[in-house]
Amino acid sequence: MIPLSWYLIFAAALFCIGLYGVLARKNAIGILMGIELMLNSVNVNLIAFWRYRAPNGIAGQAFAIIVFAVAAAEVAVGLALIISIYRRRSSVVADEMNLMKW
Amino acid sequence: MSTELLIWLLPLPPLLAFFLIVLFTNRYKGLSHSLAVGAALLSWLGSMVVFFQATRAEHLGSHPFVSVLNWLPTGEKWFQIGIRIDPLSAATLFFVAWTVLMIFIYSVGYHNYGQPKGDHDQKGLQPHGATVADEHGHKHLVPSIEPMYSRFFAFIGLFAFGMYTLVVSDNLLTLFVGWEIMGLCSYLLIGFWYQKPSARAAMIKAFMTTRVGDVFMLLGIAYLYTSVGSLSYSDIFKPETLHLLASTPAIGGFLGFSAAGLIGILLFIGTIGKSAQWPLHVWLPDAMEGPTPVSAMIHAATMVSAGVYMVIRMFPLLQAGSEGGHLTTAMSVMTVIGAFTAIFAATIALAQNDIKRVLAYSTISQLGYMVAALGIGAYVAAAFHLLTHAFFKALLFLGSGSVIHGVEHGVLHTGEKVDPQDMFNMGGLRKKMPVTFWTFLIGGFALSGFPLITAGFWSKDEILADAFANGHWVVFITLALAAFLTAFYTARQITLTFLGEPRTASSQHAQETTWTMTLPLVVLAVFAISIGWIGISESFPVIGGLVPNFIHEFVGSTLAEIPESIPFSFVPLLVSIIVALGGLALGWWVYRDQKAGAEDPLKRMLGPVHNLLKNKYYFDEIYDTIFVRPAYWLADNFTNQILDRGIIDGILHFVARIASNVGHVFRNYIDKPLVNGFGDFVGEGIKRVGRGIKVIQTGKVQQYLLMALVLAFGAMFYFVFALFGH
Repeated sequence: MIPLSWYLIFAAALFCIGLYGVLARKNAIGILMGIELMLNSVNVNLIAFWRYRAPNGIAGQAFAIIVFAVAAAEVAVGLALIISIYRRRSSVVADEMNLMKW
Repeated sequence: MSTELLIWLLPLPPLLAFFLIVLFTNRYKGLSHSLAVGAALLSWLGSMVVFFQATRAEHLGSHPFVSVLNWLPTGEKWFQIGIRIDPLSAATLFFVAWTVLMIFIYSVGYHNYGQPKGDHDQKGLQPHGATVADEHGHKHLVPSIEPMYSRFFAFIGLFAFGMYTLVVSDNLLTLFVGWEIMGLCSYLLIGFWYQKPSARAAMIKAFMTTRVGDVFMLLGIAYLYTSVGSLSYSDIFKPETLHLLASTPAIGGFLGFSAAGLIGILLFIGTIGKSAQWPLHVWLPDAMEGPTPVSAMIHAATMVSAGVYMVIRMFPLLQAGSEGGHLTTAMSVMTVIGAFTAIFAATIALAQNDIKRVLAYSTISQLGYMVAALGIGAYVAAAFHLLTHAFFKALLFLGSGSVIHGVEHGVLHTGEKVDPQDMFNMGGLRKKMPVTFWTFLIGGFALSGFPLITAGFWSKDEILADAFANGHWVVFITLALAAFLTAFYTARQITLTFLGEPRTASSQHAQETTWTMTLPLVVLAVFAISIGWIGISESFPVIGGLVPNFIHEFVGSTLAEIPESIPFSFVPLLVSIIVALGGLALGWWVYRDQKAGAEDPLKRMLGPVHNLLKNKYYFDEIYDTIFVRPAYWLADNFTNQILDRGIIDGILHFVARIASNVGHVFRNYIDKPLVNGFGDFVGEGIKRVGRGIKVIQTGKVQQYLLMALVLAFGAMFYFVFALFGH
């Protein structure tokens, strides 16, 4: 059986890739995708811990399901926002969206 | 209703009328006078009931109507007030009720009720007349209604309240309260036409002069209270209390007086002020500035009588310590002041031309009579003269008011510029104003003591007889002389006013006054004659004993022992008849054909003395120099400049400067740096911090995320190393 640590290393790597995407990408959609990666890395972690540490309960699975649901909702809202911004400003570059400053 | 309750209620209707008029009916003239006259009528009715109850009660002297209430707690005891009707107060109540009612009714006519409003009358000035057109279109100037009609009735209502309170009270304190209420009202009423400077001066003079007496009187009351512990008459007049007061020396052995003597003199000084005795007489003639009903109120029915009433009331105290007809010090003082005032004022009255001023001086003189009578111990005679004088003097004052009113009518009609009060502008009024003439004649005869018919004769004769019988020769001669002068100036007044031919067009056109003014005259004239019959000495030849000597029996019984009747003697009787008739005849003879514009014959006869009399012995000027100017000088130079501006203002300014300096210190060293500094520090600090950290608010979402990440790492390291590190 694959040891737990492998899953954790994989999840951490996935998280870092997502994080890099969030911070480095200029495209708002890319940022959104990075966030999805980070969320999914968390899901991997949750499922791995469930399977290896507490396989009798269903808390890990339930958590993962909730995260999916939240991610789906987040993507729906986020994409809607991006589309709306694109319609107004013909751009999805995050750096140009700097209205919310002092 | 029990008699006591009724007595309690006697003073209240006029007070109620006062408040109602002041608060509600001030704008409705007819309603106001109805209230006031109605109240006077109620009090009069009650007084008559009480009076007749009193005459029917047996041994009223020793068992008067008394009712007492606790009023002020003084330590462990109560100060009590109460009412007391004994024979003396019953008799006083009788004349007060009658004269007050008559004066109230008279005021309605005097202030021209029913006449039109004046063309340009102002509040605080006498009405100047109104123009009306008759059916032919002729314009006439007629008397106009008083602009402050209601106010007058409010004031005299309060005045009547004061007098009733004074008469029914059973102790010196409530007597003093009534006394001072009247003082206030006399001030307000003398200055009723307050826009006249002379009225303003007169009101202040009256108030200040009587105040001098009142202060001493209050001292006397305080002294009495500390010595006896009560101000109730029944406590003071207990024989043992009187004996104790008479035998203890006064505080500090003051001039060798006994306590009773000093208290008596202090109280008597109150009377000197109130009853205008020399040397505090100066206010009364000036009080003529007020409307005539006020003069009658002040000079006959109420205020000046109150002074004499008070000393008659306190007679047992004044007499305390006298043995065998010997006069106490207080009584000697009274005799001297009274007799001197009687003749002094009578001489001044000779040279006055103002019809009301003659009466004012005559009042002073007659009050001097009463005081002198009391001084020689003629208690009953003094009370009798008080009673008769109230009636005939009210009659004379109201009559003079009627005369002035009639002449004023003529002045308005003719448009002449003459003084309607000057007797030399009158003459021949007997045909124009018959009712006023006959009643005035009765009043004048009563004043001069016309034999047998008039009341004044009997009471004055009583006083003279008393002085004669007890061997007070000087008093007897002085009073007889004063009586002669009284008869003379009365005849002068009547002759100048009513007899002969009119000396001006105004008196030619004078008119009889309305019934509201003549009715009181007639009623008072009836009393001016008949009231004397109840005091005819029983030893008087022929008619003595026909009518029982009610005054002697009734009023005399107020004292513990009824004074003995004095034996009859022809000397005082003859003297009093001779001076009365002689004075009247001489007065008539001198002035019988006074021509218009001619000077006073008395001036020729008396020469410079006349000038002295006309100027009232220069008492006003003397007082002005001795008291008034120094007082003003002191007030201005010492009190104002040194005391007020120098010392008091100096202290105030000093304190203010210190406070200001301390304030500066607080401001510069505490408030500004510390309090303000802290406040500014908080505000500025927050502002600066905000300015410093606003740079992180870039608006770029990825930077925010980065910061969140850094913070998350920071937090993670913190938890890992700080919490689980060891």
